[in-house]
Amino acid sequence: MIGAEVWRSFYQDSVALMRLAESLRALDGVEEAAALMGTPANMEILAQAGLATAETATATPGDLVLAVRATGETAVRAALARARELLTERRRAPAAAGRPAPRTLDAALRELPEANVAMISVPGAYAALEAKRALLRGLHVFLFSDNVPLADEIELKRLARRKRLLCMGPDCGTAYLAGVPLGFANVVPRGRVGLVAASGTGLQAVACHLAALGEGVSHGIGVGGRDLSAEVGGAMTTLALEALGADSSTSLVVVISKPPAPEALPALEDAVTRVGKPVVVCCLGAAAPPGTHARWVGTLADAAPAAVAGLRGETWTPRPFGDAAAVRARLAAHAAGARGRSVLGLYTGGTLAHEATLLLEPLLGRAVHGPGAGGDAAPRIIDLGDDEFTRGRPHPMIDPGARAARVREAGRDREVGVLLLDLVLGRAAHPDPAGPLAAAVAEARRAAHADGRSLVAVASVVGTAADPQGLDGQVKTLLAAGIEVLPTNAEAARFAAAVARPDLAPRILGDRP
Amino acid sequence: MSLDRGLGGPLRVINLGLQVFADDLRAAGVPVVQVDWRPPAGGDPALVALLARLEDDED
Repeated sequence: MIGAEVWRSFYQDSVALMRLAESLRALDGVEEAAALMGTPANMEILAQAGLATAETATATPGDLVLAVRATGETAVRAALARARELLTERRRAPAAAGRPAPRTLDAALRELPEANVAMISVPGAYAALEAKRALLRGLHVFLFSDNVPLADEIELKRLARRKRLLCMGPDCGTAYLAGVPLGFANVVPRGRVGLVAASGTGLQAVACHLAALGEGVSHGIGVGGRDLSAEVGGAMTTLALEALGADSSTSLVVVISKPPAPEALPALEDAVTRVGKPVVVCCLGAAAPPGTHARWVGTLADAAPAAVAGLRGETWTPRPFGDAAAVRARLAAHAAGARGRSVLGLYTGGTLAHEATLLLEPLLGRAVHGPGAGGDAAPRIIDLGDDEFTRGRPHPMIDPGARAARVREAGRDREVGVLLLDLVLGRAAHPDPAGPLAAAVAEARRAAHADGRSLVAVASVVGTAADPQGLDGQVKTLLAAGIEVLPTNAEAARFAAAVARPDLAPRILGDRP
Repeated sequence: MSLDRGLGGPLRVINLGLQVFADDLRAAGVPVVQVDWRPPAGGDPALVALLARLEDDED
């Protein structure tokens, strides 16, 4: 039976709600539980889960909705009572620590008048209002929220430029300011490389590759995925480049983005020229424009060694694999065995998914981004951090459940021969993302074997030894589940292609053109 | 803090939204105030848009 409650005007963030739903699901007799804010999109999700009731139909976006399906009335009542306990505890916690927490930006500013950054991760419909308030009060804005209308982004960035403030985002996942990581960020050393990134995971990947090469980050400025669109025109990318040009701790700058719109390219090139320091540009999928003053590279993994070479005055040329001999040996181990023809990429990092698509398409054909087109050998690349998967639930870097379910499904799919995966560590991410992923892969591989097939899983990890999850331990967990772990996403994608198409391996390894 | 004063100064943060971000900053020793945020105007999107327009940006 189903039981539900609506708490009027009671807001909790999506991570808190995820944890609440998880603890309810763990209770005896509970089959399914949901804890959501009452937005129309969430109410649709509730209906799809078969948890909607007459009570939940009355919810408005400011209301908290609890719904439980359990084996009987006692279990339903017990679960709702537990939810009340947990929510009341949570609400009391800040008050118990001293005075009650401020409810508005202005009240918070009275507590911390010297604040200089506002981090905003409220639902997209409310984010622009809060960001505008913060900019008007002279704060830099880190705007994590997505689903912010483009017109609002243009207005916010115009205001920020006028006030000489950074508006990082919307949809900005990661930044480093004065050595402090904001949002989803890996623990990396401070150093002399400045980063400007239209992609959170892109920034994370380059920062981690730099750390592995012994270099650190001065500042990492996120700008949001649309900054180099025709409409936004690089408003923040160009301001960030100017700021890093003037910054004495920055010796070289790396720009990370999808290809700029043709309309935004002149502004980018102009800003690159004015930096007055060497610049490496990694605009995934874009070729260097003629006469550029920057070094353009093709993958996130290439951005770091190109930057290091630039800093140290060394020469460097890109290679498909750091250790080609080891890759050959691993490929040989997968030569035998019947398996599906298709590569399925299940990603939590949007830019990593995009990079994999760019690398796989010339080898395996045009990629599909939705459900498989039955019997097709085309690669399928799914970004589980995309808006369509994150409505009303936390990002898959925080909540690994949605991807784990798809990995298990892939074990039963006769077309899938290779799984291509990313794993992103760092602050704000799940405390042990390798655990649930490894368990799901192990189960999927068992299902495939029981069906007389093999299933090869290939992954790369964005992380450092200093991250809370620890890079080595996470890699070991993946290896123990039989997952091939490559040092970069680009290498993982190439490896996956070579497993799926052994005839192409010499070309992929660079043995022949 | 305008960019004209550089990027180097110590960070002091006000966090609206995911509590986990404030927890991480606090653990890193950064002064941070968490706002006990709730949707303004009872969550009505039209009223929220109106509030945004009413914010004075003529300075």
